[in-house]
Amino acid sequence: MKRYVYINDENLAKDIYCDNRISNRKYTIWNFLPKNLWEQFSRFMNQYFLLIACLQLWSLITPVNPASTWGPLIFIFAVSASKEAWDDYNRYLLDKKANEKEVWIVRQGIRKLIQAQDICIGNIVWLRENDEVPCDLVLLGTADPQGFCYVETAALDGETDLKTRSIPSACMGIDGVIECPSPDKDIRRFDANMRLFPPFLDNDVFPLTIKNTLLQSCYLRNTEWACGVAVYTVEDFYHVCVEMIRGICGIGNQTKLGMCRGIPEPKLTAVDAMIDKLTGAIFVFQIVVVIVLGIAGNVWKDTEGRKLWYVRYPKEGPWYELLVIPLRFELLCSIMIPISIKVSLDLVKSLYAKFIDWDDQMVDPETGIRSNATNTAISEDLGQVEYILTDKTGTLTENKMIFKRCCISGRFYGNESGDALTDAQLLNDVSTGSADVIKFLKVMAICNTVIPVRSKSGTISYKALSQDEEALVCAASRLRMIFENKNGNILDIKFNASPLRYEVLDTLEFTSDRKRMSVVVRDCQSGEIFLLSKGADETILPLTYTGQQVRTFAEAVEQYAQMGLRTLCLAWRKLDEGEYQEWASMFKEANSTLVDREWRVAEVCQRLEHDLEILGVAAIEDRLQEGVPETIETLRKAGINFWMLTGDKMNTAIQIALSCNFVSPEPKGQLLIIDGKTEDEVCRSLERVLLTTRITESEPKDVAFVVDGWALEIALKHYRKAFTELAILSRTAICCRVTPSQKAQLVELLKLCDYRTLAIGDGGNDVRMIQQADIGVGISGREGLQAARAADYSIGSVSGTSLFNSVSLMAYNVFYTSVPVLVSVLDKDLSERTAIVVFVITIHSYAFEKSEMEEVAMVALSGCIWLQAFVVALETNSFTILQHLAIWGNLLGFYVINWIVSAIPASGMYTIMFRLCKQPSYWVTMILIVATGMGPVLALKYLRYTYRSSKINILQQAERLGGPILSLGIIEPQSRSPLDKDLAPLSITQPKNRTSVYEPLLSESPSATRRSIGPAQRFDYFQSQSPLASTYTRKDN
Amino acid sequence: MSSDDGSSKKVSRKPRYSRFTQQELPACKPILTPALVIGILMCLGIISIPIGLLALSASKNVVEVVDRYDDVCIPSTDQKVGFIKDPATNKTCIRTFTIPKKMRKPVYVYYQLDNFYQNHRRYVKSRSDRQLWNPKAESSTTVCDPEGQTGDGKPIVPCGLIAWSLFNDTYMLSKNDAALQINKKDIAWRSDRTHKFSSNIYPKNFQNGTLIGGGKLDESIPLSQQEDLMVWMRTSALPTFRKLYGKIETDLEANEKITVTIQNNYNTYSFNGKKKLVISTATWIGGKNDFIGKMYMAVGGTSIVLGVIFSLLYVFKPRPLGDPSYLSWNKSPTLD
Repeated sequence: MKRYVYINDENLAKDIYCDNRISNRKYTIWNFLPKNLWEQFSRFMNQYFLLIACLQLWSLITPVNPASTWGPLIFIFAVSASKEAWDDYNRYLLDKKANEKEVWIVRQGIRKLIQAQDICIGNIVWLRENDEVPCDLVLLGTADPQGFCYVETAALDGETDLKTRSIPSACMGIDGVIECPSPDKDIRRFDANMRLFPPFLDNDVFPLTIKNTLLQSCYLRNTEWACGVAVYTVEDFYHVCVEMIRGICGIGNQTKLGMCRGIPEPKLTAVDAMIDKLTGAIFVFQIVVVIVLGIAGNVWKDTEGRKLWYVRYPKEGPWYELLVIPLRFELLCSIMIPISIKVSLDLVKSLYAKFIDWDDQMVDPETGIRSNATNTAISEDLGQVEYILTDKTGTLTENKMIFKRCCISGRFYGNESGDALTDAQLLNDVSTGSADVIKFLKVMAICNTVIPVRSKSGTISYKALSQDEEALVCAASRLRMIFENKNGNILDIKFNASPLRYEVLDTLEFTSDRKRMSVVVRDCQSGEIFLLSKGADETILPLTYTGQQVRTFAEAVEQYAQMGLRTLCLAWRKLDEGEYQEWASMFKEANSTLVDREWRVAEVCQRLEHDLEILGVAAIEDRLQEGVPETIETLRKAGINFWMLTGDKMNTAIQIALSCNFVSPEPKGQLLIIDGKTEDEVCRSLERVLLTTRITESEPKDVAFVVDGWALEIALKHYRKAFTELAILSRTAICCRVTPSQKAQLVELLKLCDYRTLAIGDGGNDVRMIQQADIGVGISGREGLQAARAADYSIGSVSGTSLFNSVSLMAYNVFYTSVPVLVSVLDKDLSERTAIVVFVITIHSYAFEKSEMEEVAMVALSGCIWLQAFVVALETNSFTILQHLAIWGNLLGFYVINWIVSAIPASGMYTIMFRLCKQPSYWVTMILIVATGMGPVLALKYLRYTYRSSKINILQQAERLGGPILSLGIIEPQSRSPLDKDLAPLSITQPKNRTSVYEPLLSESPSATRRSIGPAQRFDYFQSQSPLASTYTRKDN
Repeated sequence: MSSDDGSSKKVSRKPRYSRFTQQELPACKPILTPALVIGILMCLGIISIPIGLLALSASKNVVEVVDRYDDVCIPSTDQKVGFIKDPATNKTCIRTFTIPKKMRKPVYVYYQLDNFYQNHRRYVKSRSDRQLWNPKAESSTTVCDPEGQTGDGKPIVPCGLIAWSLFNDTYMLSKNDAALQINKKDIAWRSDRTHKFSSNIYPKNFQNGTLIGGGKLDESIPLSQQEDLMVWMRTSALPTFRKLYGKIETDLEANEKITVTIQNNYNTYSFNGKKKLVISTATWIGGKNDFIGKMYMAVGGTSIVLGVIFSLLYVFKPRPLGDPSYLSWNKSPTLD
């Protein structure tokens, strides 16, 4: 559906298109209570508590005061409701602020101030420097005479560089119509046309691209003013934004920003899932118990109970009499699911999340950004990760590119002792003016989209879209080819103090499919036209003119890739004026098509990019983060599997993998490569790899497989089963040239095999993977905040103390500290045995003349408290002052509270506690209970601990005895078999039957699964339909 | 909104350093070394056995005479309920027994009921503590249902099933034909006499209905002096219980013959309950109760045995703690 925007004519638009009002609110005042309650009661546990609380209102059956359930229940609900309300109120305030922000619009030539929410489609909005763009605009005018302005799009795509935006060519009027497509998800495309009304050029269509737009929430920079016409308003923007961030096609316009700004989809942890499942199971068990005991109770009542004359059962009871006994049993059983479990779990989890926030070791020393646990609910899963899927760039590597080597016309510059910039030979060649070297440097300096920014002190810094380009331009400037200024299309370059000037005629942009970019420039002195290209070797080398020897370059590429460097081939060609003019009109035409523009443009570009002369190869280093190899080694030895998912090419990926201990070099390790262009090839390759993996499984050998995006696509589509098996068998995988959706698919695949996955990434291309994974960790790094925003945990950045060490530290802390709590929460056996011991001893010690009800009850309760304290103490692995306070303070608190209550004459248990404390038999009984309860537990635990230790026990012992926690020398990682789940490293809190725990994630939440699978498939369908349509930039490389 | 805001905010939110927030609190991480465990077990044994011996000897020192009389104080075997319910029959019954060992004063006289569910929910809730203490709350009898009011709507004091089923057998003890005085004063808890049962409230409309439960109360004595009622209303948690009937303030010598004249009024025949008369002394552990002592002996004995077994295991089959070679991923597959 196309949309027609009539510039400056709001009457036409008002009725059809939505206004600019932002509403992120989830609730209104009226629907808050019902909606919130409805949401809270959608969990089974809450429904159960409500049921119990309601039953307790019936005084005939309740054994306790209803307040004991209603109090906590209302408290819990009030807390989470007020949290929601507070969040929503803050959202409302933010909306209000944004809605009421005043913006200038131009109406009939007069500037007016209106509120941002009143902007209509077709309004002309006037912005000043550093203003935020209130809605999507098509640029109509700027302060710059050339019609350029600069925007910062960090809030939108996370890229921090400045981008150039320009007024559509020949646009001077403010009357006209813009024909643009319906809002879509792609923030990098805008295929529209503009027609101006008479008296301007009638019916002449001007193409509009993303270059002519100002998107919402960008900032206008370095430009005094700019104005534009509103084409999409906020409502549309939500749509776009949601589409972009979630990568889902087809969510309707109703979608609100609230979703896109990350009210994260609830992720259930293993414990949550287990508790939900247990709750269900216990409930069923209760029903059985209630039925059996209810019937037995009723039978007993009718046979024996009626003989008890002192109870005086009525002859004829009311109709519900039969129900009374079963319901009483239900209420008695209801403590099997303690309401406190919810409170304590939530509390503990938020505390862990806070610990992560607070941790000083997880602060990035450079930027001071702390780690932040966005999702407080899943901390304990950090200790149970089995697969880590990581992005390469910016995560394993620093994403700071440094120009290292180059090969110019067969000469290799740079060696082990120093990189190319310090190579005396190269410096010499530069100063003597070797023609090839100068050409090479020119391409480095010109063939890019970098914007030089001159600071007040006169130094030049570069704002670049891609780190590669920045590295090249910086390197060129150090080799005296200084890119000084960009003034519209005119580039000023200084070489050896002599100024050169070029006019950029066209830019053939980089796309991930073309894998190259070119510019057409005119030398302003000589008037000659050149095509300058740079790109990946496989796309540049085939385009050479016949006769050029590319062997040395291919060798150079090979050699550099071996060293783990990223390579770029640089090439050029001189163009005839006529050839260029002919091509330029085609290019313009292609650029103004509305349908498949990108594909058409790519095709046209190809017509120019041929018969290139290869100038050389530049090699750029992508430095590893500090401590990465050590961390990966440690984690791998802890049995955690690593997958590296990158958009980079295979050789580079393998080299990086080798250098960061990802895979071991031969002969210890073995790399198996799955490749192939067709289905058959991939199939054969996959089977071969699978076979090898199966064979080597028993050997202590490190097998990793490497797969590229294309083969992965085929494997996932047609050979999913085989690939899944391979994925389970192999501890390590390198997936190169993968798209964001494939990253997410891989996560999905592992999740389907019941593994806990953790995904780490920093860029927008990792967002889907992060959202898909059980635990998503985002790095607020150089690639922007997008990933951090989508993630469950965000980390400042990773230099200094290594990220991975932090993560493992985090996992370690959470794991060790959570065990006691979880044990006390989960271990039902324990409390039942406790209860039996206490009960038996109490009724025997306090028999006959001492069997007064209040006293016996208090003795039993004290017994439970005592035994509980000792059991928790035995299960606690590490005592800090807090643990001591909790355990012994609890015991003391029990007595204090009961003494106070016993001192109140009106209370039922007046003087009871004092009486008991005076009796020696009370204390003797307590000691007996503790001794009887603890002795066997201690003995059993000791036996298990010493003679049948779990891994965790051994590690604890080793840690305590001062030995190495992981004696790295002897540990030989072993590949996992699908059955050998025992190897899962940290499985103590998990019940034996793991599958049952994980099932609810998969089977009981069909909606969640559907939501995550469905779009992915559709997305891929979309991709395979038109490969050129994928628009991911090289950012992920 | 912008990234700058976010990061600067995060920095300013930096909490003060504390050992708590950094999870660096000094921690003691005890592990179960053989020495520790064996030590604990031995200690447990060494402490438990003396306590057990003490408790056993205390229990042994208690002299106790138990005499079941419900089955013998009834004439015919088939008409028990009818006999006990008939107010006209003579229910006097005479029992004799011998004191086995010298009983030092005070000697406690208990009655013991078996199979009597004082803990029955319907029963235990049928009382009004407010009514017993607060003269103004005389008519707060709804909780006492079905024994709250008389047929014509007057409140019953004390109301409820518990009071209504008051135990009403009486015992007259005599030694060598001389009456033995049973002191029935101060048999109830002091707190009951002073804070639970008011001295301003007198029994009213009690046991006046058509259905007579247990004993009657003297309407001229305030509740605070109705000690049998107080004892009875301290309900028992278990179906077998003893309640204090009175105290004998003289020593009873060994082999003395005691004669008891029992008024066998209370109906336990409907539900096959037993009635027993218990004469017992008390020590620091209470009445005769071997359970605690035996349990201590058992726990202590087991602990020592376990300690010895563990020591032997440790000597003959030692296993070093924290040896990484036991980690499953360190075992080579061939050894598995």
